[in-house]
Amino acid sequence: AAGGAYWVDSQQRRYVPVKGDHVIGIVTAKAGDVFKLDVGGSEQASLSYLAFEGATKRNRPNVQVGDLIYGQFLVANKDMEPEIVCIDSSGRSSGMGIIGQDGFLFKVSLGLIRKLLAPKCEIIQELSQLYPFELVLGMNGRIWVKAKTVQQTLIIVNILEACEYMTAEQRKQALAKLSGN
Amino acid sequence: FMQRGLDSQTKKQLEEEEKKIISDEHWYLDLPDLKEKESFIIEERSFMACEDLLYGRMSFKGFNPEIEKLMIKMNSRGKEEEIEVDEKMEADVSDEEMARRYETLVGTIGKKFLRKRDQRVLQDEDEDWNSNATPSKTSKKQFLKPQD
Repeated sequence: AAGGAYWVDSQQRRYVPVKGDHVIGIVTAKAGDVFKLDVGGSEQASLSYLAFEGATKRNRPNVQVGDLIYGQFLVANKDMEPEIVCIDSSGRSSGMGIIGQDGFLFKVSLGLIRKLLAPKCEIIQELSQLYPFELVLGMNGRIWVKAKTVQQTLIIVNILEACEYMTAEQRKQALAKLSGN
Repeated sequence: FMQRGLDSQTKKQLEEEEKKIISDEHWYLDLPDLKEKESFIIEERSFMACEDLLYGRMSFKGFNPEIEKLMIKMNSRGKEEEIEVDEKMEADVSDEEMARRYETLVGTIGKKFLRKRDQRVLQDEDEDWNSNATPSKTSKKQFLKPQD
């Protein structure tokens, strides 16, 4: 309940790391016990190998360069290097960690992500009627989609990208065409 | 600086002089103390607190059942304000399995502590159970008299 909260809603594509935000990061380097993740910010974020559920010094997570990670910011201010963890405060992963193989990653504006994550988002509801698929939305503007076939995946990607500029009616028309086909 | 044989008086004098020098050199503000204004404004940088945003991982039409379970958990956590329902602890082992394990377990551990005679009896029992069709081996080997 936002009692007395005021915020400025702006449209931008550039992400600034914020503590607690869930983002999708790409592993760019492995330096000893720490992974470097590209999150679309001004700096790369660091991710410790112990910040996964059930990770110990002997039981290391299987993370390779180029993997996709869904995690939240532990530290994110302008004075320090941002840090990401794939574990929440109670020690459970709750959906965070390495995102599986296949799928398609693309970038959209931050405003669209917020729209998609709104409680009753029509776009998501309409898309979920089409066919089974999996979706991960990062607050840094990155979306990862995976469906059964490559074609289906690309259709979803195109709709989501176009949602930025389409009106609700145009979208419904496009979806009607698809479900008709 | 400690010189031997300094009288306590001369010590005190020296200290006082030091203090005087210090207080003259130190700068201080001649302004009245400013009261820190209590600000009622809290700055929050995350959007999660402003709009009631859903969890970022989603799955539809059963593509990834684990994530669908997670979706229900995450999205109801915000709405229900954590009504803790801990009725039944989800057991790792089902009740049936537990009963089965217990049966065998109690038997095997129990046997370990039986005395030798009792062990023998148990063995015979087992053999009787297992081989009802075939006659059991000669239970007792009697002494055979050597034939002349």
